[in-house]
Amino acid sequence: MPAAVITAENLVKKYQDFAAVDDISFEVQPGEAFGLLGPNGAGKSTTMRMVGAVSTRTSGALNVLGLDPDRYGPEIRAQLGVVPQSDNLDMELRARENLIVYGRYFGLPSRQVAARADELMAFAQLEDKVKAKVDDLSGGMKRRLTIARALINDPRLLLLDEPTTGLDPQARHILWDRLFRLKEQGTTLLLTTHYMDEAEQLCDRLVVIDKGAIMAEGSPASLIRRYSSREVLEVRFGSDRNAAASARLEGIGDRVEVLPDRILLYSDNGEAALVRITELGLRPITSLVRRSSLEDVFLRLTGRSLIE
Amino acid sequence: MTDLATPSDLERGVALAARARKWGAWYVAEHRFRVMRSYLQTVLLTGIGNPLVYLFATGVGLASLVDANLGDDAFGGVGYLVFVAPALLCAAGITVATEEFTYPIMLGYKWNPVFLGMNASPLRPGQIIDGIVISVVVRMLLTCLLYYVFMALFGAVPDAAGWVAVPVAVLTGLAFGAVLMGYTSTLTEDTGQLAMVMRFVVLPMTLFSGTFFPLAQLPLYLQWIGWISPLWHGTELARVFSYGYAEPIWLTVLHVAYLAVLFAVGWVWARRIAVRRLSK
Repeated sequence: MPAAVITAENLVKKYQDFAAVDDISFEVQPGEAFGLLGPNGAGKSTTMRMVGAVSTRTSGALNVLGLDPDRYGPEIRAQLGVVPQSDNLDMELRARENLIVYGRYFGLPSRQVAARADELMAFAQLEDKVKAKVDDLSGGMKRRLTIARALINDPRLLLLDEPTTGLDPQARHILWDRLFRLKEQGTTLLLTTHYMDEAEQLCDRLVVIDKGAIMAEGSPASLIRRYSSREVLEVRFGSDRNAAASARLEGIGDRVEVLPDRILLYSDNGEAALVRITELGLRPITSLVRRSSLEDVFLRLTGRSLIE
Repeated sequence: MTDLATPSDLERGVALAARARKWGAWYVAEHRFRVMRSYLQTVLLTGIGNPLVYLFATGVGLASLVDANLGDDAFGGVGYLVFVAPALLCAAGITVATEEFTYPIMLGYKWNPVFLGMNASPLRPGQIIDGIVISVVVRMLLTCLLYYVFMALFGAVPDAAGWVAVPVAVLTGLAFGAVLMGYTSTLTEDTGQLAMVMRFVVLPMTLFSGTFFPLAQLPLYLQWIGWISPLWHGTELARVFSYGYAEPIWLTVLHVAYLAVLFAVGWVWARRIAVRRLSK
């Protein structure tokens, strides 16, 4: 088996007494798309920064591309592409110029960078924006330009911190397509997201992180199998009657979860569960049977209360 | 820890990062030059306009008045223009410093955080600062050279060694600018601090550094402003070369040392903050 691209063992990052990353371990194999999922403040970005060799760890072992980031920062960063959470494109330069300048940071010869920049402008579907000011680009275009910039050095490992946050659906789908192509070409991807559909689309494997620790690890499908049922039935009886109705639903499905606005029944067969509800004489206002998703897993593992 | 590095991993990494380790600061400077190109007009316009306006106003306007009223001995036997020109030259260095060591720093860390992008590449935080210093040296040198050309045209440089005033002006700008860069690096947001620096540091420094009149004209309790002012040290030094202003040799050495130390301290300070802010 080829050596792992990233190996983290008991990785810890503390700021004073606060552990932003608290003893996490994972491995990412070459060509894999690996996701870090978690609510805000879970420690995803801190982990990313340590992997990106711009933040030193407090304890534990970390190995990126065979090297220790605390010792070989430039050597690792020379082989990485980084798409940060918020774009830091240079507003004072034109779109293509951003790629050129960035390529030079890697010590690439100007001619090579220029050719590569043209390729990447095409890859990012920005051929007609070569001379555009960064400010005049849409959110999706800026994101694609940032990804193009991250690819200027032909990286072995691409780090994406919430790549599609704030984008409209069209822009997200274009971006996913581009990322999927990179994956097909064999680029290893490490991404954080809190969009579960994104994780399901892109990740071969992922970890769910909460409060700096790993809650679960596996492929999207295996996590759904392990932490949720095949289907979910959502029924609404009205906000003031959900709780009363739920008392009578015990025993239907694997698990019942009462939310303020609706009741979720986790079951392998949602339609059958719905039939049993009507047999009990209950008449939900609305009902919906859907496949279980990673979102159900995520909410089960990290809870529904808002963390801000 | 277990070191998984194979010789090939390490070799590949070292080969890829070698150029950035060696030339990183120059790549950052290259970036700054590209950015400066977008305000090249301003650079040129101020580079030409400033010396023209200042030398004309002081040389033709103020000097005729001063020289007529104070006589030949007022400024050690030279005319007012010759006296004031080296000071204006050093002040030009300071002006470039106040532009290039403030807003680009705020921009890089905060307003348009390009430093974060640089930091994610093989460049190291210290190299980002070094690159900015390199780019400012180049702009300052060009600005001061241009200024010097106008000084010569106005007949404000009697001594053959007068050109040495140009590197002196650059050193003066760097001495003040590096400390300013260190200070700006500590700011996480600008709530008017930089405007305060302009008003309460740069302006008094320009007025009370023996610029337009000898420092000795000031009451003793204000002369300390000159003693700590890089502009005073730079100006006195530039005068030595531009018209043979007489001062003890130890004072000349002190001027150079003071400016060099300020430059070094500011530079190291800014580098340290860069490491702290970019490698959290």
